[in-house]
Amino acid sequence: MNAFDLYIIGQQLINGLVLGATYGLIAIGYSMVYGIIGMINFAHGEIYMVSAYVTALVIALIAYFGGLPVGAAIMIALLFTMLITAILGWLIERVAYRPLKNSFRLAPLISAIGVSLILQNFIQLAQGARNQAMPTLLEGVLRIGGEEQFMQISYHQLLILVAALVSMLSLNTLIGKTKFGRSCRATQQDPVMAEILGINTQKVISLVFVIGAVFAAIAGTFVTMNYGSFDFYIGFVTGIKAFTAAVLGGIGSLPGAMLGGLLVGIAESFFSGFVNTDYKDVFAFGILVLILIIKPSGLLGHPEVEKV
Amino acid sequence: MIKHAKASLVAIFLTMSLGAGNIFASDTIKIGIAGPHTGNNAAFGEQLWHGSEKAAADINKAGGINGKKIELVKGDDACEPKQAVNVANRLVEKDNVVAVIGHFCSSSTIPASEIYNEAGVLMITPASTNPQVTDRKLRTILRTCGRDDQQGAIAADFLMDDLKLSKVAVLHDKDTYGKGLADAFKARLKERNPKFKEVLYEGLTRGEKDFRALVTKIKSVGAEAVYFGGLQSEAGPLVRQMRELGIDAPFISGDGIVSSDFVTAAGGANATQGVYMTFSAEARNISAGKKVVEEFRTAMKYEPEGYTLYSYATMEAIAAALKNNKKHDGKTLATWLENNPVDTVVGTLAWDKKGDLKKSNYVIYRWDKQGKYAELDKKGMTQK
Repeated sequence: MNAFDLYIIGQQLINGLVLGATYGLIAIGYSMVYGIIGMINFAHGEIYMVSAYVTALVIALIAYFGGLPVGAAIMIALLFTMLITAILGWLIERVAYRPLKNSFRLAPLISAIGVSLILQNFIQLAQGARNQAMPTLLEGVLRIGGEEQFMQISYHQLLILVAALVSMLSLNTLIGKTKFGRSCRATQQDPVMAEILGINTQKVISLVFVIGAVFAAIAGTFVTMNYGSFDFYIGFVTGIKAFTAAVLGGIGSLPGAMLGGLLVGIAESFFSGFVNTDYKDVFAFGILVLILIIKPSGLLGHPEVEKV
Repeated sequence: MIKHAKASLVAIFLTMSLGAGNIFASDTIKIGIAGPHTGNNAAFGEQLWHGSEKAAADINKAGGINGKKIELVKGDDACEPKQAVNVANRLVEKDNVVAVIGHFCSSSTIPASEIYNEAGVLMITPASTNPQVTDRKLRTILRTCGRDDQQGAIAADFLMDDLKLSKVAVLHDKDTYGKGLADAFKARLKERNPKFKEVLYEGLTRGEKDFRALVTKIKSVGAEAVYFGGLQSEAGPLVRQMRELGIDAPFISGDGIVSSDFVTAAGGANATQGVYMTFSAEARNISAGKKVVEEFRTAMKYEPEGYTLYSYATMEAIAAALKNNKKHDGKTLATWLENNPVDTVVGTLAWDKKGDLKKSNYVIYRWDKQGKYAELDKKGMTQK
């Protein structure tokens, strides 16, 4: 078998796309919050982690009471997880950001790191530090190719891609076409002016946190099902990668976040698959550095205009 | 004499600062239990803790150590080398333990052992198998498990003699333990066949869960078997993603996966079924430990898997050394243990001058479809 045959390249592309879609979904949360208030929400990775636990809990409850088809069970788990993480996102803004709004710039950053540690330790204490398993709900794969050589995508992975696509499109409509989206864009461009013109910027900021959290929940639900296991620590590594993706795509830009996610995912996957797994992170972060040197605001980011 | 004077001076100071009562209550003997009580490998910390705790309770019930009760002090290193050093310093300086059972991960045990050795505190690890743990010839450091060069060799022999395969992908987690084990495995294959060349040699990153790119690579190089040096939290997703991609090549690993958490991390026994593993002979079957195993299962509702009974045995060894020596400094205790075999729940343990067991007893296990592991009966093996 040739390492460079087409099926293998196709398979690595699938691996990278699915991984990248996950990063992208989480990166959106980082990017939205940054776009509106110009700060990084470092507790965002932990929202992803919490959503994995909520999903597992709901699935376990559904399995216990029984009687639901798989599709409905997944939908209920997803909706409930989104609800819980939405509340969590709102709470984080309320507790760690709003009281520090007029403080110096680093303060909310530190408080967000604090929230992230609290969430991590709380889950560890409440749920135990051990691995948790998630039953496989969707069995089966789509295969292209022959008996020996083929590429495949499991239904779980397909679900992640579809979810990323659908949520990206609906977010674009939300920001581009609705009244709320207009308030968002206005707040992003000039919060003071927006406030004067009658936009409740505080509400906008709250909602942005909520939307970011909901996207992390979508990732958390589907990714947990895909890997079959999770622990209280998954938010950290994934959070860092998603943050990289957001910066790479141009932090503040939503299509940029998804593009950055896909790029990081595919870069990791191809480097790992065709060069060396040991150095895949070095490569991914190397790309980040290179792009930031050439285009400091990221791929799709707008250069910061000095406000007078 | 000077030491005593110093101790009493310290005692006076402490009495002054902490209030009386604290110091003179030293009718207990403190023993540190250091390992990953939290973090990804907390399942191993649980084995360590349950084993040592039960042993201490049993010894205390039987009258303690010359009348003094054993008091356990928990030290959590989360398998992080930096945290392990902090834990070691705390156990030595603040808690004044006379001995330490632990640590678990070799990458934690090695830096921590320097501190115990310097402070003259006995440290026995029930689980750290990296050769460097004892090869640095530290005076007060022993272990109640085998070494990775023995463990890797057994796996390599198994691959060549029983599975009769040679196209093997060797993977590790870039950590002291995992990489050391993978290298030991490779070295043995090279030793037996100088022309041997693995088809893949790569390191994954601890803490990650997506190894699909690596798994696709395993497929593309056509590996007939996969050897992994590392821990259960990465081995689980790795083997699951291999099976998902239709790779049914045998998966062999070491004592880093000897916990039911391996099955959980893989999302169920479907993925782990048929996985081979090297580990010391099944302690739950040794007749000396029958009663203790029974008590674990009935009274504590805890299955003493993996290193649980080895931790119990380590506590017994320490207790024996403490009982038979007036001086409780690390050097005296270690020297005594090196000269006197101790009867424990896992059989009689005897150490050499380096602190290794004189006899290691690695065997091959296989995980079944119930998510349990059992010693492999090689006679029943049918090979392609």
